[in-house]
Amino acid sequence: MCLAVPARIVELNDDRAVVDAMGNRWAIRTTLLPEAKLGDIVLVHAGFAIATVDEEEARQTWELFEQIEQLRTNEPTGTEGAG
Amino acid sequence: MALGDSRKILLAHGGGGRLMSRLIQETILPRVRQGDADMPLTDAAQVSVDASALCFTTDSYVVQPLRFPGGDIGTLAVCGTVNDLAATGARPVALSLSLILEEGFSLDILESILESIGRTAGALGVPVVTGDTKVVEVEAADGLFINTAGIGVKVPGSALGFDRIQPGDAVIVTGTLGDHGMTILSRRKGMMFETSLESDCAALSPLTCRILEAVGEAVKFMRDPTRGGLAAVLNEIASGSRCDIEIEESGLPIRPAVRAAADMLGLDVLNVANEGKMVLIVAPEAAEQVLAICRADPLGHEAAQIGRIGSPGEEGGLVELVTRVGGRRVVQMPYGRDLPRIC
Amino acid sequence: MSDRAEAARRRMVRDCEALGRPVRIMEVCGTHTVAIFRSGIRASLPKGLTLLSGPGCPVCVTEQGYIDTVLELAQRDDVILATYGDMIRVPGTAGSLETVNRPGVRVVLSTDDALALARERPDKTVVFAAVGFETTTPATAVAVGQAAQEGLDNFCILSGHKRVVPAMAALLSDATNRIDAFLCPGHVSVIIGSEAYRPIAQRFGRSCVVAGFEPVLILEAMAAICRQLVEGRAEVESLYAAVVRPEGNPRAMELIDRYFEPCDGPWRGLGRIPEGSLRLRAEYERFDARRRFGLEERVAPEPAGCRCADVLCGRIEPVACGLFGSRCTPDTPVGPCMVSSEGACSAWYKYGRRGGRDGAG
Repeated sequence: MCLAVPARIVELNDDRAVVDAMGNRWAIRTTLLPEAKLGDIVLVHAGFAIATVDEEEARQTWELFEQIEQLRTNEPTGTEGAG
Repeated sequence: MALGDSRKILLAHGGGGRLMSRLIQETILPRVRQGDADMPLTDAAQVSVDASALCFTTDSYVVQPLRFPGGDIGTLAVCGTVNDLAATGARPVALSLSLILEEGFSLDILESILESIGRTAGALGVPVVTGDTKVVEVEAADGLFINTAGIGVKVPGSALGFDRIQPGDAVIVTGTLGDHGMTILSRRKGMMFETSLESDCAALSPLTCRILEAVGEAVKFMRDPTRGGLAAVLNEIASGSRCDIEIEESGLPIRPAVRAAADMLGLDVLNVANEGKMVLIVAPEAAEQVLAICRADPLGHEAAQIGRIGSPGEEGGLVELVTRVGGRRVVQMPYGRDLPRIC
Repeated sequence: MSDRAEAARRRMVRDCEALGRPVRIMEVCGTHTVAIFRSGIRASLPKGLTLLSGPGCPVCVTEQGYIDTVLELAQRDDVILATYGDMIRVPGTAGSLETVNRPGVRVVLSTDDALALARERPDKTVVFAAVGFETTTPATAVAVGQAAQEGLDNFCILSGHKRVVPAMAALLSDATNRIDAFLCPGHVSVIIGSEAYRPIAQRFGRSCVVAGFEPVLILEAMAAICRQLVEGRAEVESLYAAVVRPEGNPRAMELIDRYFEPCDGPWRGLGRIPEGSLRLRAEYERFDARRRFGLEERVAPEPAGCRCADVLCGRIEPVACGLFGSRCTPDTPVGPCMVSSEGACSAWYKYGRRGGRDGAG
């Protein structure tokens, strides 16, 4: 039971955050990740951030890297074209 | 306002009396007919057509929420029925409009939905020629249900059918997948997320007619991938043509926002609904021309060839996806209700 | 990108040839199972290399007695049964949450949604069907903590939470197991850390490689396993360092430990696994739905003819089950491995139809 997707923290208030993934925004909790900061890319599972994505290490992976690259380059408006 | 102070639908609006007559004359007709409201209203419309084959379709719309980014139930009710006609190779001629309203429904919302209907039908030049209005008690409907029926005439020279599909034919989709379904999901209760996505809701008959006029019989089959998404349509085509279908994952036009939302919810984009896309099966030699026509049109500027028809299968054809790493998987007919998953 | 996949594949072919014997790698993560099938990796593996789909899907390993209890609770008028969408179609002895079709069954996306239901409906008891491995358990722990703090007495959970490492140990303790190495779950490892597999590598001498979910990462992890086998090593490796740390997520582990304690519990197909389940600690047992409603742990027999148990242990492939593809299909699932989209049978069904037709089984 392990679907988890990377998303960027765009709002953070105590342990309640809003994350952005390609222009979609979700309310999540960072209770499990007290070190999470605004702007971090985190892995989200069932409404909770479970890990900070190490961007340097992510370069070694493939789609994850592509995904976080898109998170970086696509501002939250997300008006990108076909993928 | 003439229809009462509450700006709400009353049971009496469906009672066949003065209130109903005013609802039709003052609220519905001016919006739906836009500029043509004086046309006489009869129980059955007389429509003159000059055609060897008439196409006739009906569809009901029960979408929630009623209004969403990119459209509302009204645009959907026009586009969906027009697209069903378009998929059969027809040029739409006229529509009917049946409204089933829940007692207490907001007149303001109704008016804005009727305006969408009028605007969409008007832009297409397809008039709403007859209709019906019913009001049901609270909770017997969810705000507003719409049924539209449509008639159209076959574009001369077109010939569509499963039996015309042959190995080697190109599979083309007129644009990005999943935009409508994902937009609706984002607004659904218990699912809410904010998104930049908009429904792709659009009437495709101008594009499909142009394609049929240009390449005629080279188009073998068309269907709009609504409920069940691309997966359902391709499985219907595979089963109807008894041919396998092979599609390339890397060639599927999918917006990153749709993909990210699908990942977050554990859904397969191939199963997600579209309301402004058409899947076309086209003879290989005409594929480039069809793509060029699509791409020159705002309705199809992100069109792509996503695969081709394979060899005939014994049990009615399989749909296979060639993945980015060169593996293959069977694309199944969706079960019918995709639930968000966390695993 | 596909260069990397191709390179990993070449390394695997070379190493499998060098080994000269069949290699069986078990994936213990449903998301891997799905990624493997979705990407079609299985069709491109070197000869002699087999992937076994292990007990990696929490839905599949949830015993039928648990499902029956969920169904019983869902049919009470005083209960709102909150569940992840994954559980809706899982068949119990009589029907599923989908077929009982009660208005009190609510699909939630997070435990926060379940808590919100409890706040909205003080007249009902909200029971959260708490299933999942260590990835999912911390969210339940947070919810229990919050309910305790808020005094939200109409919230409780039915714990079906399970622990992955004890299950791996149980599989290897069976002398008939055919497992050479484990492809370890990515997101479970985010929580428990790659070091959690060290006992498996040391005590049982099996390689444990943590992998991400992109097809290329899975291929590279399998290639790393083949390398270990050729070199006679049995070590823990993590190829998912972007999110998996050796120590995992300490805060999440601490929360699991604060609210839950390991206990022996039934896994479908694997029997009772020592310390394989999690129950609420005594201080929080007022949030235990079984206690609140006076429910016994139920033991339901497996459906007749269903061989999900053998599939989960890697003893047979799904096609070897007599019900597979006939009585048991994704639309009419008999066993949990067919109903869960992460299940090995469901995944095999998609691929196996083609395999069967071409006679490639």
